[in-house]
Amino acid sequence: MSKPTFATIWLDGCSGCHMSFLDMDERLVEILDQVDLVYSPLVDVKEYPEVVDIALVEGAVSTDEDRAKIRKIRAHTKTLISLGDCAVTSNVPAMRNYFPVDSVMKRAYVENAAGGGVIPERGLPKLDPRVCPVHEVVHVDLFIPGCPPSADTIHAALTELLAGRNPDIAALTRFGA
Amino acid sequence: MPTSVKVKTLRIDGRDVSAREDQTILEVARENDIWIPTLCHLDGLSPVGACRLCLVEIKGSTKLLPACVTAVEEGMEVSTQTEGLESYRRMILELLFSERNHVCSICKSNGHCEMQTLAQRLGLTHIHFPYRYPSLPVDLSHELFGMDHNRCILCTRCVRVCAEIEGAHVWDVMGRGVDARIICDLNQPWGTSETCTSCGKCVHVCPTGALFERGRSASEMDKRPEFLPYLTLMRRAGGE
Repeated sequence: MSKPTFATIWLDGCSGCHMSFLDMDERLVEILDQVDLVYSPLVDVKEYPEVVDIALVEGAVSTDEDRAKIRKIRAHTKTLISLGDCAVTSNVPAMRNYFPVDSVMKRAYVENAAGGGVIPERGLPKLDPRVCPVHEVVHVDLFIPGCPPSADTIHAALTELLAGRNPDIAALTRFGA
Repeated sequence: MPTSVKVKTLRIDGRDVSAREDQTILEVARENDIWIPTLCHLDGLSPVGACRLCLVEIKGSTKLLPACVTAVEEGMEVSTQTEGLESYRRMILELLFSERNHVCSICKSNGHCEMQTLAQRLGLTHIHFPYRYPSLPVDLSHELFGMDHNRCILCTRCVRVCAEIEGAHVWDVMGRGVDARIICDLNQPWGTSETCTSCGKCVHVCPTGALFERGRSASEMDKRPEFLPYLTLMRRAGGE
């Protein structure tokens, strides 16, 4: 039997959850023995595969690009997991939700730019008016809160999943952990 | 305690317990190591039944009743941990999380927050309701303390400790429903209050990161509400 396919996705987050994932250190080898890593910021694959068994999603949904990406990923993923507080609660990225998008852009590219900057019109995904957690856009099968969830938490959750069991997430982590 | 106080017997979660007639279900449950979650309740302050987390089922009643303000009755049969209650409690907590902006990761009370701890204990891993993201102020006008309305759950512990223990009544509640806010004096910046004694009691009974000491960073604001049972005990002893 071939190994289950595995993916990790990076939406609007700081990559801290991916850092925590890498923090599993030598246990990564043990995990990668059991899965086939088919898509991730850690590997050079551009197209999301046709069928992915398990996908970890870091980050909130903030742009039209995030929205399109997560819908496509959902359609091709069996078990979709929100990893970390940005994916689960929208967390820090959503702190811009109290301000209109144009004032956020102005703040970032004009007011805080040395010598007066310009708001870029090309090459950047368009910000949604409201950042939201992944499960407000697509169905999510499992939630792993934490900022970031510890390497031990990620390892325990993946080990349980790969053994065909349901991990008891609340026993491992919490919001803000 | 007056000698004429009667004893009542009742059942909580199938266990026979006895209580003084002036006790609440919550008091008796805690005396018998039966855990009922609470956020607004604090021993030493008058109960208000505001958070609704302590709702229990009572045989013969179609309503759920808050254990913190419901007096014991002879022969009462109380259930504290049914599937229905657990789902309501999770729902109440989820509504609290979605109502304002509880960004745990950067909160001063991260790791010391009663709401965060309770969420984990009740098995909450995400919030089903859409977040409201209201725009709320942070009052940093007081030289020692700060008030962040984003983290406030309107438990009114601050209002009660200030009025009942400190005797200053700086805090109160203005507005209704989702617009309700904790206000200082006549709705003015904390730093301009003429009644605040800067005692800090409100800060240390606050279950979340809404009230905090200035100068503390994320995760650094641990609360020390232990003064309250001590003060209550000393005052009771002094009154006798």
